[in-house]
Amino acid sequence: MMELGKIFLLALLVNNIVVMRFIALCSYIGMTSDLGQSMGMGYAVTFVTVLATAATWPIYHYILVPLNLTFLQILIFILVIASLVQLVEFYLKKNVPGLYSAMGIYLPLITTNCAILAVTFENISFKYNFIQSIAYSVGVSLGYLLAMILLAGIRERMKTSPVPKFLQGTPILFMATALIGVAFMGFSGLIK
Amino acid sequence: MKKLYSIFKQGIIFDNPLLMLMIGLCSAIAVTTNVSNGIGMGLAMTFVLLFSEVIISLFRKLIPTTIRIPIFIIVIAAFTTMVDLVMKAYFPDLSKSMGVFIPLIVVNCIIMGRVEAFASKQKLASVIADGLGMGLGYTWVLIAIAAVRELLGSGTLAGIQVMPASYQPILFFILPPGGFFVFSLFISLNIWLKKKMEASAKNKELVTKKEAA
Repeated sequence: MMELGKIFLLALLVNNIVVMRFIALCSYIGMTSDLGQSMGMGYAVTFVTVLATAATWPIYHYILVPLNLTFLQILIFILVIASLVQLVEFYLKKNVPGLYSAMGIYLPLITTNCAILAVTFENISFKYNFIQSIAYSVGVSLGYLLAMILLAGIRERMKTSPVPKFLQGTPILFMATALIGVAFMGFSGLIK
Repeated sequence: MKKLYSIFKQGIIFDNPLLMLMIGLCSAIAVTTNVSNGIGMGLAMTFVLLFSEVIISLFRKLIPTTIRIPIFIIVIAAFTTMVDLVMKAYFPDLSKSMGVFIPLIVVNCIIMGRVEAFASKQKLASVIADGLGMGLGYTWVLIAIAAVRELLGSGTLAGIQVMPASYQPILFFILPPGGFFVFSLFISLNIWLKKKMEASAKNKELVTKKEAA
């Protein structure tokens, strides 16, 4: 149990996927202009990451490894994730319209979200077992949600603040992220 | 020939994928802690981009539009796998230090974007020019960012000591926040340059108009 908690916290704070590891930056910059939108995106990513881990881990260990096809990992994983997203979208649209209206429009966008693919690869390369993989994917995706909410909040405040002229537009977003990153580095002593 | 050159130039400066279009950012900041990583990533990316574009341009009349996206993904994933395996076999250290970012080339927005917007509609020659231009545009920005970060953060360039021995490295620059910081300055510099170029182009136009009048 301690082990799982450690994996979770490491993924959530110490190695936060966005501010410390630069994965999924496109959506981080592109989708945070509005707090509600960024939360919808964060929930959708969390949901799909956990599902994708649950789908790709067994495929790798019970199909690709016995058949000696591990070199097809990249190809298979991206196809599995793309079709999974598609299936989830159909299912939610038909059966859970409330959830669909909350995050449905973000689902097609996250097929190519690097965070999801990165988590599924890392579960394999870190040699996690199934339970650990799930813990890791929950940690990473909640870390993504956290970073999205942080930047969206800062951007809302920034609308009314005087931004230096040469930093206006995108540069200030990266500058803010650098500062969030400095704050996150404080977590690095959290876990030994 | 002139048209090809202008397409090539477009990718390197005016439509630079990183500084102008703001796509494919993840790898750009993550691997730029030193110059050799930057070069490796840039070349890997250029290879995948160029060959995916060429293949898709060659088969563009055969690919049905309704299922084009899965086909693009398969082509890109195949080339990424090649790069991944070659890197693992011949440059194990480089491959280890870049970690998950090599397989992540497959979801890099630059490739998908260029394939969808350009390669699936254009002839082979202009596609090659575009692939090279975009790839090299990506590579030079990577190398430039990496050079700044490595020089300030560890006092070396591509592993060779450049700064005098008394130089105290500013660790901040090779840590993650430093990456965001340097990248932010690069974008603002680029925006400034673009504004300046546009202003001078406008001035020229005004002058020619006046002369004509």
